[in-house]
Amino acid sequence: MALPQARFQPASDQSLLVVLGNEISLKTHRRVAALLHELQQQPIPGIVNLHPAYCSLLIVFDALALRHSELEQTLRSYLDRADDVAQPEPRRIEIPVCYDAEFGLDLQEVAAACSLPVEAVIEMHCANDYLAYFLGFVPGFAYLGDLPEPLIVPRLDSPRRQVPRGSVAIAGRQTGIYPLATPGGWRILGRTPLAMFRPDRERPSLLSPGDRVRFHPISRHQFSALERP
Amino acid sequence: MKSLRIESPGLLTTVQDLGRPGHGPLGVSASGAADPVALRLGNLLVRNPHNSAALEMTLLGGDFVFSDGASFTLTGADFGATLNGQPVALWQTHWALPGEVLRVGATRDHARCYLCVAGGFVVPSFLASASTHLLSGLGGLQGRALRKGDVIQLGEPLLAHGKRNVRSGVLDRLHPRRTLRLTTGAQAEWFELRATEHFFSSSYVVTEEANRMGLRLQGPSIRASVTREMITEGVALGAIQVPDSGQPIILFVEQQTTGGYPKIANVITADLASVGQLRPRDKVRFELVSFDQARALLIEQERLLASGELIEDGNE
Repeated sequence: MALPQARFQPASDQSLLVVLGNEISLKTHRRVAALLHELQQQPIPGIVNLHPAYCSLLIVFDALALRHSELEQTLRSYLDRADDVAQPEPRRIEIPVCYDAEFGLDLQEVAAACSLPVEAVIEMHCANDYLAYFLGFVPGFAYLGDLPEPLIVPRLDSPRRQVPRGSVAIAGRQTGIYPLATPGGWRILGRTPLAMFRPDRERPSLLSPGDRVRFHPISRHQFSALERP
Repeated sequence: MKSLRIESPGLLTTVQDLGRPGHGPLGVSASGAADPVALRLGNLLVRNPHNSAALEMTLLGGDFVFSDGASFTLTGADFGATLNGQPVALWQTHWALPGEVLRVGATRDHARCYLCVAGGFVVPSFLASASTHLLSGLGGLQGRALRKGDVIQLGEPLLAHGKRNVRSGVLDRLHPRRTLRLTTGAQAEWFELRATEHFFSSSYVVTEEANRMGLRLQGPSIRASVTREMITEGVALGAIQVPDSGQPIILFVEQQTTGGYPKIANVITADLASVGQLRPRDKVRFELVSFDQARALLIEQERLLASGELIEDGNE
């Protein structure tokens, strides 16, 4: 499958953003996954890092070895021959979430913004299978989508200094789980007791791109019981 | 094996090398020294490979006991260090006898000072790097900043101690800059000309919230004229993102790998080391350069760092 609509944009003097679509969709996700796969299988000398996202791939390179224009030329040939990579059978993963006010720091505000009762917000958040589009932001943070239309709210105006580890949050059409206590601008609905990123595991991240994820509500009591000591 | 004992850790002291690029697909950013130029020069002085691990101190240094003696150097910011009470000059090698104590004080100029020892510091490698990634608790010494009582192993020096220093002319050319040079950001066109001009003609103050992950700046508010929600995308090291508050944030070595705020500009690679030397309350200004200029400045810096004129051997 050729990928004709690629747009190339220098993001810094040592990186190039390759945009493969203009909206979040399974189709665009597959294009990004295919290019990422190609570049991992047949690395281009001078490329030092890859940051995949919904519709784009940021390619970081050694600016002493490559120029934006040279890299773009090489990438065009990659895109021309990028076959639709066979997607592995998606894993289904259940994530327990406690939506109590103690954890759901923005739940009331989200419900008000969406003109919905809190219970309806929780029910809708748990009603979908979400696709794990990619890992980004911080180690093990999976961008999950797509959120039901009625739950779409913007990010916070200014990110929180520290979001509690395990917080389950939403922003735009996306939802996700903060694997670590980090700054963050998404609106927090609840918290999971599961460890999302553990460097001592062979696969440090609980979620991988392509996974199908579903949330289910648990009580505060169940949260405590599931929490790692 | 030789070791160094931490008698007092200072404000924030971590083990850092040149980082672990290549793990963006896992959401893991490269980390590494905030001032890689100071780290590389330190390693050159003590005749280490350029990627050897050093201790990165922040604003306030610590007290370190050379249990077995070592050849060492301090590079980067001037923290007013002493070895057994005698002043220790930056940018040159020193020899510590077994049991001697290096006391590193508070900064007199910039944000970060590096302690490099011949042989380097030895910690378990995570994803092929010794760098501490504080945010995720990975790498370095147990993924954390050093504490009182920690003991860190030193590697075997490749070459004997020699009196060496960086030429002062070179240091002038590598001096940390307060005017950072930037290239246009991925969402530069989201900002109206007036906002962009305002950004480049104003000075910004580094806030207290400045760390290895990013530096929040305070100054004239810059607002994107495009108000639609941005689709999250990969972000480059040194990206200057502008959240809805209008106050810019420079993403740094422990950066998020992707983000959803528009980016007005990006610090050029040659000036990233200068970002690592910015302290809270320091003022910065910005200057727009082309991608070609940015590349030329990087080539110039790398030529200087690779040149034989860099280090002079003293007589001892």
